[in-house]
Amino acid sequence: MEAALDLMRRIPPKKSETALNALLSLLPHHSSDLLSQIDLPLQVSMDDASMKEFLLCEYNRDADSYRSPWSNKYFPPLEDGPLPSEELRNLEVEANEIFSIYCDQYYEGGISSVYMWEDDNHGFVACFLIKKNGSKGGQDKRGNLQEGSWDAIHVIEVSPDEDGIAAHYCLTSTVMLSLTTENKTSGNFKLAGSIRRQMNLDLSMAEGHLCNMGRMIEDMESKLRNSLEQVYFGKTREMVCTLRPPPEGVQICLPGSRPI
Amino acid sequence: MAECSDEAQAELSDKEKKDIAVWFLSNAPVGEISYVAKDIRALIGDDKLYDMAASEAFPRHNKAHLLILELPDRSGDVIITGHGEIGKNQYLEPRTAQVATVDHIKQVCTGLRPAMDDELPSPYIEEFRYALDVELCKYVAEAYPKGISAVYCTRGKDIDGPGNDFEFVAIISASKKSPRNFCNGNWRSVWTFEFKDETQLVGVKGKIQVAAHYFEEGNVQLDTKNEFNDSTIFQSPEDCAVQLTNIVRHHEYEYFQSLEASYLHLPDGMFKDLRRKLPITRTLFPWHNTLQFSVTRDISKELGIGK
Repeated sequence: MEAALDLMRRIPPKKSETALNALLSLLPHHSSDLLSQIDLPLQVSMDDASMKEFLLCEYNRDADSYRSPWSNKYFPPLEDGPLPSEELRNLEVEANEIFSIYCDQYYEGGISSVYMWEDDNHGFVACFLIKKNGSKGGQDKRGNLQEGSWDAIHVIEVSPDEDGIAAHYCLTSTVMLSLTTENKTSGNFKLAGSIRRQMNLDLSMAEGHLCNMGRMIEDMESKLRNSLEQVYFGKTREMVCTLRPPPEGVQICLPGSRPI
Repeated sequence: MAECSDEAQAELSDKEKKDIAVWFLSNAPVGEISYVAKDIRALIGDDKLYDMAASEAFPRHNKAHLLILELPDRSGDVIITGHGEIGKNQYLEPRTAQVATVDHIKQVCTGLRPAMDDELPSPYIEEFRYALDVELCKYVAEAYPKGISAVYCTRGKDIDGPGNDFEFVAIISASKKSPRNFCNGNWRSVWTFEFKDETQLVGVKGKIQVAAHYFEEGNVQLDTKNEFNDSTIFQSPEDCAVQLTNIVRHHEYEYFQSLEASYLHLPDGMFKDLRRKLPITRTLFPWHNTLQFSVTRDISKELGIGK
């Protein structure tokens, strides 16, 4: 598995789907580990019952069908597909409503979905997904292309304490980002990447689970966004400057960054 | 690429496994093929198959990434490129007129011999090649701290006087490997110069590719390329060399500037289009009080809240 995960960190991010399929066929006995530890950009489907789009992932899948968070139905229809309990479903509905407002505030568009399910230890797991496609609608008149996409997957394991006052939250977040521009002067410029972080917190349940989870996710997303922009993209830019230093010692690269 | 069929535990055929290994090796970022090799060898679990895949993928990868290898006698470096490939695993080093034998998988030179006369250009052609090489070398030394360049005659090397067309390819390769800092990258330029006797012009075509990979707790890759066209007058070897190098210098510098411009544009342009740093309200999201939001923003209609 270690070898498989190392490979995923080296293969170009845009080819991760092909890479994961290859790994799945090489290691069929590790498929559930691979699927849970390796994330791919999210796919979208349409909930015909409520006429809304929803996101697909391992957590709302059963066989080849996916459960929509809006109508709680599987598409394509599935008999006996697992559903969350009524109590959890209520929380899930509220989470989807609030999260879609959050999504609108930060992403000004985009699609969100939240899925919850009970786990074995009297707690539950919630997964918050966002997909934003920033493409400027394909090529414009001058043949310029600008494409971008952001996929975020946040999985939170919630374990309430025995006393019922506080709970432990373990958040694992993955952000997958891709930016492509293409035009006559600068040719083809592609920057793509994914990062994954974890955060563990013990919080009082006074304001409710949604508040706690929401704040953790917001905090994590901001950190990941800044990290991607400054550190990750910054490092690749620094590499370009190292290969070919700008003339006259003009300091274009990040100040105070670790020398390569 | 072959995919596992749905017939559950159907074992992959040897060919499918080898193809997968070749795919992973070919897609390794610059400077990382040995790490990818170690991983894929462990996953394939069959050394014979792995060796087959490696002997197919390593040469391709080395040539595509313009691998630079030190010559065994330390007289210089040789660039691994199809343009200088004389025979199987044999690569010409035009400046010192030697041919290196290369082990692609170990990525070292295993042998060295002087080039034979029929492997080298005629004196007439060599005059042009040499002049260009000298000028380019000067340029590369000022622009790239770790760059290596070479000029190959790819067409017409036996021409012994004016009246014919010939073609050179100049290669510039610079790479930086910092695995301990989780960062690798390279700059590859391939410039083709077509000397046309009839029009007395030299056509110039260039292709530059830049790649970088940063992978500390993540995987971020830069992959860029661009192509250029230009031309100049067919003159004496020395004048051509200066003119052509100026053309190369000009386009490469402009390309570097456009890369910088793309990076500068990122935060306010594309990145912001994807996700804002903060909502328009400039405050964090009020998780405890979203009802206020939905009323003021009239979201409730959109969501069809029907509790």
